[in-house]
Parts: sequence; structure tokens; C-alpha cells
Amino acid sequence: MLIDHIKSRFKKPQNDIQYRTIWQYLHIDIFLFILLLLLGMAGLFILYSAGGQKLRLIELQMMRFILSFLVLVVIAQISPITWQRSAPWIYSSGLLLLIVVLIMGHVGKGAQRWLNLGIIHLQPSEIMKLSIPLLLAWYYHKIHLPIFFKSVLIALPIILIPAILTAKQPDLGTAILLLIAGGSVLFLAGLSGKMMTSFLGIIGIAIPFCWYFLHDYQRLRVLTFFNPERDPLGAGYNIIQSKIAIGSGGLFGKGWLNGTQSNLHFLPEHATDFIFAVSSEEFGFVGNFVLITLFMLIVIRGFTITVNAQDTFSRLVAGSITLTFFVSFFINMGMVTGMLPVVGIPLPLISYGGSSMMTTMISFGILMSIQTHRKLVTT
Amino acid sequence: MQRLTTIKNPHQEIQLITNRVIIALVVIICSILLLVARLAYLQIYKHDLYTTLSTKNWLDLVPVEPTRGLIYDRNNVLLVENIPVFSLDIIPIQATNLSKTFSELSKIIALNENDINQFNKQLKQHRRFDEIPLKLRLTEDEVNRFAENQHRFPGVAIKARLIRHYPYGKSFSHVIGYMGRINAQELEEIDSINYSANHYIGKLGIEKYYEDDLHGKVGYQQVENDANGKTVRILKEIKSTPGKNISLTLDIGLQLAAEKALDGRRGAVVAIQPATGQVLAMVSQPGYDPNQFVLGINQNDYQLLQQSPDRPLYNRALRGLYPLASTIKPYLALAGLDAGMIQPNDTIYDPGWFELRNHTHRFHDWVRYGHGKVDLNKAIVSSCDIYFYNLANKMGIHRMDAILTQFGFGSLTGIDIEEEISGVVASPEWKRRVKGASWYDGDTINSSIGQGYMRTTPLQLALATSILANRGHHFIPYLLLGEQIPGKALMPQPPMQLNVITLQDNHWHTVITAMQNVVNSPRGTAYRYGHKHHYTIAAKTGTAQIIGRRGNRDEIDKQDDLQEKLRDHHLFIAFAPVDKPTIALAVITENSNTAIEAARDILDYYFGSAE
Repeated sequence: MLIDHIKSRFKKPQNDIQYRTIWQYLHIDIFLFILLLLLGMAGLFILYSAGGQKLRLIELQMMRFILSFLVLVVIAQISPITWQRSAPWIYSSGLLLLIVVLIMGHVGKGAQRWLNLGIIHLQPSEIMKLSIPLLLAWYYHKIHLPIFFKSVLIALPIILIPAILTAKQPDLGTAILLLIAGGSVLFLAGLSGKMMTSFLGIIGIAIPFCWYFLHDYQRLRVLTFFNPERDPLGAGYNIIQSKIAIGSGGLFGKGWLNGTQSNLHFLPEHATDFIFAVSSEEFGFVGNFVLITLFMLIVIRGFTITVNAQDTFSRLVAGSITLTFFVSFFINMGMVTGMLPVVGIPLPLISYGGSSMMTTMISFGILMSIQTHRKLVTT
Repeated sequence: MQRLTTIKNPHQEIQLITNRVIIALVVIICSILLLVARLAYLQIYKHDLYTTLSTKNWLDLVPVEPTRGLIYDRNNVLLVENIPVFSLDIIPIQATNLSKTFSELSKIIALNENDINQFNKQLKQHRRFDEIPLKLRLTEDEVNRFAENQHRFPGVAIKARLIRHYPYGKSFSHVIGYMGRINAQELEEIDSINYSANHYIGKLGIEKYYEDDLHGKVGYQQVENDANGKTVRILKEIKSTPGKNISLTLDIGLQLAAEKALDGRRGAVVAIQPATGQVLAMVSQPGYDPNQFVLGINQNDYQLLQQSPDRPLYNRALRGLYPLASTIKPYLALAGLDAGMIQPNDTIYDPGWFELRNHTHRFHDWVRYGHGKVDLNKAIVSSCDIYFYNLANKMGIHRMDAILTQFGFGSLTGIDIEEEISGVVASPEWKRRVKGASWYDGDTINSSIGQGYMRTTPLQLALATSILANRGHHFIPYLLLGEQIPGKALMPQPPMQLNVITLQDNHWHTVITAMQNVVNSPRGTAYRYGHKHHYTIAAKTGTAQIIGRRGNRDEIDKQDDLQEKLRDHHLFIAFAPVDKPTIALAVITENSNTAIEAARDILDYYFGSAE
């Protein structure tokens, strides 16, 4: 709202369709577009060092990056109304795929996450990251907000079923993000403080039960979080080496390609989940500050779009996308710095890998669609 | 619940979501501040700690072994060298399946159970990325065969390293010693930094005594390691300083001649250059092959050496204790002359026995019916015991001990090898201390012919001969000729004179002339030394009895019938040429009367080759 006020001062009143910019024709939010481009390029830059300076790796990632951007542009052309209409279909097909993956999924890295579709590996849990907020927003758009007990109750299976299925794969990281994606819609839709506290209470009670369902390696990670020195060469190794990488980076870092922790392979998963440690080592506190600022600018832009959106569905979806984006990079940075337990959540747009980049870009495509399909009528 | 209404209120919904976004933004900003604080804590506050940890991660100091100094003889003949051997090393972390690797390897390289057991033992003591030797000495064929098949064996590699090699094997084992694995006791004594690249150290002889010089100084490589401990590159190098190359006073030819002269019998030869104290030859027979010890001797071979009745590990030249026997006589004669108790021309009558006053026990001469009238010359030439019984009876044990001590008996010679022992110059004090018994006059009489408690090492015997040859000038015997510095002439170590025994010239002359007659006179005990030699020689024989049979000397002829181990030891001391001696020699043959012949061979070689 505030930002809109400021904007209206500098822009001509947009009461005529003729005043639309070229970007609006293209349905691209140039502010978000530039931020994503900057972040993506920074990511390639970091990955070149983190991935052992292998050009092949950069080529692959760049191809994914370009492909994702193209998808983003295509997605942005689709109006929010279409998304709203197709939300139940997207959700049910996503859920179906998730079940298919569980049954006959391709086994990769000890976890059944991918559906091999020849050219790309489809990760249905990633699709669910978007389809849960879409379905919830579709539903809440129809009712009066704030939501009350009944509508919360209906939301629970919508969120929990895919989350549990994903956790079973086992992919704790994505499962957590699914909870966040769904939960953020509930939060934006006016979940009362009372209900929030009771949810937290239920989670608190559920933790010992969850412990029972966790895989051994997941339990180990949680134990390791509380005491990394417990097993310095085993499960605690990652986090200790990660902290060494970050700490030894200092204020200005060791310089690009000069990180000893990653280049000499002391740091595991340095191109994927732990890539933030690499950039911390090579670019220091200052580099981190710049990177976090870029991420935060995207979050702020996402919220601006949320607030500016013209209907409840758009607002809920935009807000959920923004919050989920924040939570995923915050959890990643938190786990790499040893603030949070190690759950396999990649750093969006920076970590090596295609599946999460594609979903992130699709979600930003939806954000752009929401932003650029507004009926430009001044109130 | 009370506000339930079916009419959607867009404005209220905008307000609700906007409020929620603001709440979320506040939470987000707090979380980000927390994250930034965490990063500041790690990257600024704890930066030094993590820098240290990071450096420790990848930076490693690798010690570089210095090349050990070479050892030459006095003529620049290489006695000890370093040769490359090829060993088969395995890096366990890189070898996928050890037992399969072993079975595949054994098809191209001879592996026995011992190799594999040794490897498994070391496997437990090393890190997974350390190179562990599986087999230490590969033949050239094996190296070639492995090179062809290397691709089949990940983590297995051939490594060349230098090991000590003793080309003359047994011939120098008791002088030069050998190298062996550093043991627990040595580990406490050595400078652990300087030995950080070594597993081996000089164990005996020259290798031990000059360890510090031969070893050199360790070098360092500062290397960058990856997480597998594999060296990525060398950042800095401090070169190792090779050990010093040294030359010994030994003469390879003389040493080999002495070894040959002993002809495989147990015994010892020590030859000293009287004018300097340089040891020209030092042989203890039998020897052993020091090369067996270089990479660790196996239990069986070691037991063979230890249990051999000839005791090859026993350094007779430095640690063998023998009665001086009749070689004591020249020294006692000198003492008697100096004290004025005998004159060269004074004679005694030797009936074949000697009796102490008030005693009925008869001390016999080695010739049953005696030598008749005996002067000093004849006493030495024929080695008359009765003459020296009389002299000792007059002189007393203390005077005898005094001259023996002056000639170096009973104390360490100070040679530059650690193993030597001091021998015994028996005295009433010594007997009380060691045997707990009082000294009898009979002990003095026995001592006068070098029997009883008197004991010498072959080295002491040679040293005393050298002092005698020098007419009293005592030079400490030594083995290190000097250090070889490339491009420079060898600077010999200066000889170290200990003291001078001052006696009248004519006394020296009398005794030395008599010693010449030992060889030259038909009555001389070493007449069978022979005469077709072109150098003058002064000598003295000695016979050390294993079983007391004094009194019936005809048994000398029956020696051949005795069990080999019960036969007498024979001693022979000599120096030549008489006027300006260049060599003083002591030969001891255990249970064999070939000392004279051995000495002849050695001296003939020496003077033959000297010309």
C-alpha cells in the first residue's frame, strides 16, 4: 500500500490502457525479473567455484536457468483466473503423481523422489509446493475471510497428505516446505492466534511421535544439530566443515575460487545444499550481506505484489509463494550456519540442480502473472 | 463465530491480508537479523578460530628424509651405499577390495603370508590414506609385470626408496654395523623432528657412532592436501641436508686379506698404524650380513644367527676377552728393566719349574725339563715362563699392573665405536671387589705369564703393540679418517696422543730386539713365521689355555686329538718394519694355532701392496 502510494506519485495515472509499458505487455515484472537474473548469475558464479570449476556443470546449470526463465515467461502469460480455475486439477494430478512416485518411483540417492520422464526428472513433491497454496487459495477465495475452524479443518488433509507422502520418500526438506506453503495460506487467510498456538502445541506433542517415524539418518541429523561434535567424522562432519568454511571466510572472504574448504573437498555437498558455505568462504560477510539483500529484495517485491493483488485468490497465492521462498532460503542458510538442523533444502536459484529451480521460477511466473494481469483501474 | 456473514467484504479482506503480510514481514526481518548476527558471529567474532581450523584442514608439513652419508675406506673405496629398491605400496582408501587385490597381485608378484600379515598389522596403525608397503623388495621382473597391469590395481603403486646397502657384506659387519628400524628406546632419545621422515637408524658400529653426521638434517615440504589427505601441490620446500660422506681409516685390501687369513675360523684381527692410531683393519670372525637387517630381519634368520655356535653376532675384536698369555712378557720385561730388577745379560737357571718360598706348589714351564740358562733375550724368544715367574716374584703385582695399565690394558681404548669393553688388569683390589677373595702370591705368578685373571680384547692387544712399536707413544685408535667435502681434498683427522711411556732407549731396544728374534731365531716361538719377507718384524706369540694343563707341556702335540672347542687360543702380536713401524698387528685365533700363519698372510699382503 505504502509502495503503491509512492509509485503513484512518480507514475502518470494509469487510467488508460495506452500507458502500459512494454513489460506489462509482455507480462513481466521487470523489478522481479532483474532481481532473479542477478541472483541466478551470482549463483552460476558461485557454482563455478563450488563445483570444482567444471565448465560442463555450469553449462548444464545455465541451460536449466535459461529453460526455467522461458517457462517463467510462459507462465506469466497465463492469467490468474486460469490458475484459479485449474487449481483443483493441478492439485489432484500432483497428488496422483506423488503416489505414482511412491509406488514405482525412480530410485535416486536412496530416496524415491523423481519420476523419470526422459528429458527431465519430474519431482511431484515440487509440484505440490505450488498446488497446495493454489487449491487452498481457490477454496478460501470462495468463502469469507478470516477463516474459521471448519475451513481450517478442510485445509488440513489438503496439506498433510502430500506432506506425509513426501516425508515418506524420504524427503524431510520438501515435506517441511509443503507444510510451510500450506500453512502460509492459512496464516494469510486469517488463522486466529488461538489456533496458531494450538497448532504449535499439537506439533510440540507430535514431535516424539514423529521421532518414531523418522528414518535413522534423519534422527542422526537432528541429534547432530544439537551437538555437531558428537560424531565429528560422521554425521557432524558436514556442519563442522561448513562452519569452518563460513568462519574462515571472515569479513571479505578468501576470494573467488580460493576457498580451500570446498575446492579441497573438505566441505561435502558443496555444490548443492551447502553452497552457501562456499560463497561465505569466498566472499565473506560482505558477500553474504549482498546475497541476503538480493534475496530480501525479492521477498519485499513479492509482498508488494501480494498487497497490490486485486483478489483474494491472487493475494493468498502471491503471499504464500513469497513466504515459502523466504522460508526455503532461510532454512538453507540457517542449517548451513548451524542455526537449524540439517534438512535437505537447497538454496533457491543458487544450488546445483534443476527440479527446485524450475518450481521456483514457475512460482515467480505466477507472481508476475498476478502483478501484470491487474485490471488497471484506479480507485 | 459471532461475525459470521455471507457477504464477502473485499475491503476487510484486503485489510486482513495486508495486516498478515506486515506481521510476516516483521517476523522475517527479525529472522534475517538473527541470521546476519549469526554470520557476524562466525565470520567476524570467531574468524580467527575458524581460520586456524581451516588451515589445519588443508595445510600439512611433510618431512623429507635426508640422504644418508656414504662411507668409504681410506682409499676411497665405497663401503656403504644407498641403493634404490622398489616396494609395492597400497593406499587402503583407494584400493576397493583388499583381499581381491591380494589374490590378483599374487598372480604377478610373489607374495607370501608373511607379507600380507605384516601389511594387515600396519594397516591398523595407519590412516586410511597412508601408503603402506606390502612388499619391500621387488625384482626387476616384478616391477615390469606390475607396470603392465597397473590399471587393474587402483590404489596400488610401486614406490622407489633408498635403502642402505653394504656391498662387502660380512667383511665389515663388526666395524661398520648396520641400520635398523628405530625402536621404542631409541625413539625417546632421538630428536623426533630430525627423524620425522625416517624409520631407520644406525644400530651398531660406525653407523651408530657417527649417526648424527651420517643422518643429515630433515627437510620439509609444506603441502596442500585435499579432504582425502592426497597432496594437491607443494607450496614451500625446505630442502633436506644430506648426511656427511665419511672416509674410514680402514684399508679395504688389508681388511679382506685379514678376513681371508683367518680362513673362516673364529678369531679377530686388529691392525693399527702406530704413528697415528688409525685402525687399518678390524676383523671379527665370523661376521654376518648386515644387509639382512636393513629392512628388518625375519625371526628365523635372526634365530639362526643368535643360535649359531660360532656366535657371528659377537664382536670379538671389541668385546672378546682373552688371556694375554705370553704376549704379556715384553711389557713385563720393560717394567723389570726400568725398575732395575733385571739386566739384559743376567741369567737364571730354569729347571722346568718354579717354587714360591715356603710353598710346595710347583709352577711349571711350558717345556717340561726347562730352558736351562736363560737371559732376557732367550726368555722372550723362547717364551720362558720360569724367567718371568722370578721377575714377577721380585716385582710384585702392583708394579706389573702399572706397566700394563700404561700400555692401555684394563681400560677402554677410546676408539670411535661404542661397543668395546675394557678387559681386566687383575690386582688384589680387583680380586677382592669382583671375586670377593684375597690375592695370593700364586696369582701374581700366574699373572706374569698372562694367565689367571688377566684379560684383553684384540683391540687392546693391538693398541699395546702399537705403543710398543712407537717406543711409548700412545695414540688413541680411531676409525674416522675424515669427512669428504665435495671439491675439497680430504682433511684427515689429527691423531690424538694420550701420553708417552718414557723408558730408556736401550730398554726399548733390548726388548724389541728380542721380539725380532722371536721370528728370526731358530729357537723363536714364531720361527715358523718364515724368513722370505722383505720387511723387518718384531713379534711375540701367546697361547691361552682353555683347560688348565700347565705342567705337562708335551700335550701341545696332542692338541689335534682334543675336541675343537677345548683347544688353545693362539695370540700373535707383531709390528713392522721394526725401525719405523707402519703397522702394529694383533691376531687371535680361537681354538686354533694358526695365528702366526694368518699374521704372515696379512703382513705379506700389507707390505706387498704397500710397494
